[in-house]
Amino acid sequence: MDKDYRKKESGSSVRVRRIIAYIVLILLAFLCLVWFYILFINATRSHQELTKGFTPIPSSHFGDNFDGMLHSTQPIVKGMVNSLIVAGLSAILCTYFSTMTAYAIHAYNFKLRKFAYTFILAVMMIPTQVTALGFIQLITKMKLMNNFVPLIVPAIAAPATFFYMKQYMDSVLSLSLVEAARIDGAGEYLIFNRIVLPLMKPAVAVQAIFTFVANWNNYFTPALVLKDEEKKTLPVLIAELRGADFLKFDMGIVYMTIAFSIFPVIIVYLILSKNIVGGVTLGGVKE
Amino acid sequence: MKKKSRSKVVEYNKWGYIFLIPFTLVYVIFQLIPLFTTIWNSFFENYRSGLKQIGPNFIGLENYVKILSSGDLWQYAGNTLIMWIIGFIPQIFFSLLLGAWFTDPSLRLKCQQFFKTVIYLPNLIMASAFAMLFFTLFSDSGPVNSILLQMGVLKEPFSFFSSVAATRLLVGFMNFIMWFGNTTILLMAGMMGIDQSLFEAAEVDGATSNQIFFKITLPLLRPILIYVLITSLIGGLQMFDVPQILTNGTGDPARSTLTMIMWLNKHLYSKNFGMGGALSVLLFIITGVLSIIVFKMTGTDTSK
Amino acid sequence: MKKKVLSMLLASTMTAAMLAGCGSSNEEPAAATTAAADAATDAVTEAAATTEAAAAETTAAVEDTAAADEGKVLNIECWNTEFQSRITDHYPGYEKVDDTTGKIGDVTVNWIITPSDDNAYQNNLDTVLPENLDASADDKVDIFLMEADYALKYVNSDVTLPLTDIGINPDTDLADQFQYTKDIVTDSNGSLKGASWQACSAGLIYNRAAAKEVLGSDDPETVQEAVKDWDTFNATAAKLKDAGYTITSSVNDTYRVYSNNVTTPWVKDGKVVVDDNIKKWVDDSKELVDAGETNTYDLWSDDWNKGFYPDGKVFCYFGPAWLINFSMAPDQEGSIANEGGWGFCVGPQSFYWGGTWIAAAAGTDNPSLVKDIILTMTTDQDVLKEIVEKDYDCVNSKSLLTSLATDDSFGLPVLGGQNPYGLLEEGAEKVDMSNISDYDQGCNEEFQNALKGYFDGNYASYDDAIAAFNKAIVEKYPDVTTD
Repeated sequence: MDKDYRKKESGSSVRVRRIIAYIVLILLAFLCLVWFYILFINATRSHQELTKGFTPIPSSHFGDNFDGMLHSTQPIVKGMVNSLIVAGLSAILCTYFSTMTAYAIHAYNFKLRKFAYTFILAVMMIPTQVTALGFIQLITKMKLMNNFVPLIVPAIAAPATFFYMKQYMDSVLSLSLVEAARIDGAGEYLIFNRIVLPLMKPAVAVQAIFTFVANWNNYFTPALVLKDEEKKTLPVLIAELRGADFLKFDMGIVYMTIAFSIFPVIIVYLILSKNIVGGVTLGGVKE
Repeated sequence: MKKKSRSKVVEYNKWGYIFLIPFTLVYVIFQLIPLFTTIWNSFFENYRSGLKQIGPNFIGLENYVKILSSGDLWQYAGNTLIMWIIGFIPQIFFSLLLGAWFTDPSLRLKCQQFFKTVIYLPNLIMASAFAMLFFTLFSDSGPVNSILLQMGVLKEPFSFFSSVAATRLLVGFMNFIMWFGNTTILLMAGMMGIDQSLFEAAEVDGATSNQIFFKITLPLLRPILIYVLITSLIGGLQMFDVPQILTNGTGDPARSTLTMIMWLNKHLYSKNFGMGGALSVLLFIITGVLSIIVFKMTGTDTSK
Repeated sequence: MKKKVLSMLLASTMTAAMLAGCGSSNEEPAAATTAAADAATDAVTEAAATTEAAAAETTAAVEDTAAADEGKVLNIECWNTEFQSRITDHYPGYEKVDDTTGKIGDVTVNWIITPSDDNAYQNNLDTVLPENLDASADDKVDIFLMEADYALKYVNSDVTLPLTDIGINPDTDLADQFQYTKDIVTDSNGSLKGASWQACSAGLIYNRAAAKEVLGSDDPETVQEAVKDWDTFNATAAKLKDAGYTITSSVNDTYRVYSNNVTTPWVKDGKVVVDDNIKKWVDDSKELVDAGETNTYDLWSDDWNKGFYPDGKVFCYFGPAWLINFSMAPDQEGSIANEGGWGFCVGPQSFYWGGTWIAAAAGTDNPSLVKDIILTMTTDQDVLKEIVEKDYDCVNSKSLLTSLATDDSFGLPVLGGQNPYGLLEEGAEKVDMSNISDYDQGCNEEFQNALKGYFDGNYASYDDAIAAFNKAIVEKYPDVTTD
């Protein structure tokens, strides 16, 4: 009797809880998406329509604004290309060399191994900002100011990516495989490229996406390094929108520029979303 | 025979060093050397004023004394902390809630993949573009004011960026929106790692879902919660993009949204290497202490 | 095609004429130009049949004048595309290659744009200019542009060449320019180091509809009567408020008017001083804001410019003629400018806004081309007139402005046909630039930022706001001291 009563109660309470859960989820999803909806609407409206207040229906000036953006004083398309170059190369270098570093620690038993591992973990948390000053001085001396090199090459040394790769390697790479390859007479470098890397593919993919996104979104360092409009990456150009200049007063174009920098990422994300969301879980301890 | 194989192993092991070369080289050049020059700089008076270069003159700890005695650092640390807390409290609350719901088999929520995709989405958005977007949306004649006026909530536009509370709330809110999806997924991973038999046993004993959450899930999640807390705090200390662009670097209203990194950026920007160096070192010490805590908490086994 | 040939010929002959004139004799530039123009017209008539040949000749001529041993790359540092579009539209012989490069003869022109916000442009010049002598030929900065707010810093330094060094005689070549435009770029030894094509004297741009509604008439004289000094101006603000208008869009609109009429420079003996007139701006503005008669928007922000449309309910903006034509959306249907609904009067105090000075960087390897650009763009009457017609700049030529003021065809459509040039010329004569300092841009920017906090009530008192201002100044200029 008592038990039956409990069960009924829990049955209806599950339903109530489920309804609450859906309401909260829908509200949160709304809070995540509404901004992008407004952005999309406003990117289709002309400056004059924008001054008249918000309407939820898109207007017909998408093309005009897009054209206006292409011909604005900011080389926004060039900015996107720059961002692609910097983020793409960083992602490639970062994942390749982080896997290599992880492999060095994983597969070989050398004297400084323990020290190297501890050291890399210890420096994982040092924010790039605190070394920015010395970094800027250094690259000024190296004549690398206003150059992509200081934005790309440092990606080779990425302790967090290394840590992720090491964790993954511990679970998938057995040394017997390496041994077998050695018996077949393969060189160490070849083993790494032909056997280890393909095995690490899932982790490499996840980390490549994260590194790409992190560099794509990075603002602090590029803002200090890049000086020419033609070399600036998207975040730096977007930040300039915030700074005032009398040639940028068409809000339709401003919205379009923001949309142009956000929506491609959203589209790519929706295509890859399963990998990305899964990747966060996989990496348990990232960042 | 035995001897030969040993020497072979040693020969293989030299590849450990070889494979470490790229990392070491790049790390030393682009991280370690800058770190030391930053520290070195902090003991000098060294800045540019227009076309003039002043210094470098060795002045010992004067830069540190200046920063620590003026009280500005604490004000900006306070700003940073307040905006971090505004974002972190709802972030951890909703992440726990959603994590519990998503992992609760009795709820059988539909469209889980959709919701997970949506809540993780803001994490990928360029913080600078997101901040610029919020700046335009919340301006006096922007869409948010326009909608609130149309709905009759407001009589006249509210100046979000003239109000200390509103600006801080917006920064906190943006951090919340950008990070709660990520935290949810991390916590879910933790929750799914909990032994299911514990839940079953509790249910047999007649525990309500609230009791299960507070008595079983939460205590077992402690390590990962602390990890989330500390990493989020370290991330919070580095807060820069959002307030920088939202306020155009001024940290207004009344410097109430000026974070520590924004302050550092101001010094870097005016090429005041002495003060910038001292400030960097102080930030380094603060994050260092927090990192040691996280290092201890996660109990990373370095001997493995 | 014909037109292009003409302009190219104009370029070459003119340069030749000027080069010839600059040695010892001091011909009037206007005369030289007329001669050049005549010669060009003749040449075109002659060459009409053989256009091809003429074009070839021109190129050769340009090469000659640009002196064979001079650099093949002309680098121009600037903060936006304003000067670039002036050169593209009006400099004879300039060909656009893409957004940031062009060609003059066989010299490649590079436009290096660094936005001026938060001192970024100056910081860039500060690094580049001192190293200019050692830079490789193609990287040398040849021309840089500057604004009045910080011009002194470069003028008082060796990084900028005196105009006499590149063969310009200020006393004769620039005689027709307004004195204030020369004062700004004259160093402490009295040598002139730059020139501008604009005399950006400015005034009060009012909404005619609002003036009719509240003041009973949109006639410039009636309106001027209602804004003739700050007390009257503030009293009018109250009347406008009753009719639903704010007098200005933002307190920052009037800032320049007050700050142009100071009696002490921002930085005196290395210490920041707030001038009485700027303090008056604070007091007046605080009252206006508290009474709801204006707002505290940043200039150029989306909120600030909503008054460009009738629904924005803003009575007036302060600015020069270019403000209306460039910023007040005359090409957008429904804007006040589009319907010619603005009027122009002097306002409470005369002031100027903007103005771009062209300077030659020490180390330039294209001195004769730089000279020609400066002379053509700032003194050539035909070019200046073209600039007025196309861009509505208030140009830096007393004689031209005088003739425009009486020419009815120069009424501006955005002003409902009103011809502002008389008022602008009058204003330009009155501008007094004796109180500028090296630090003006940073001081003005930070002062307005800090005081916004006071107007909005985020700083309890004026002193709190000043403390924040002082902090910001020391961050920006570590060598300046404060109270």
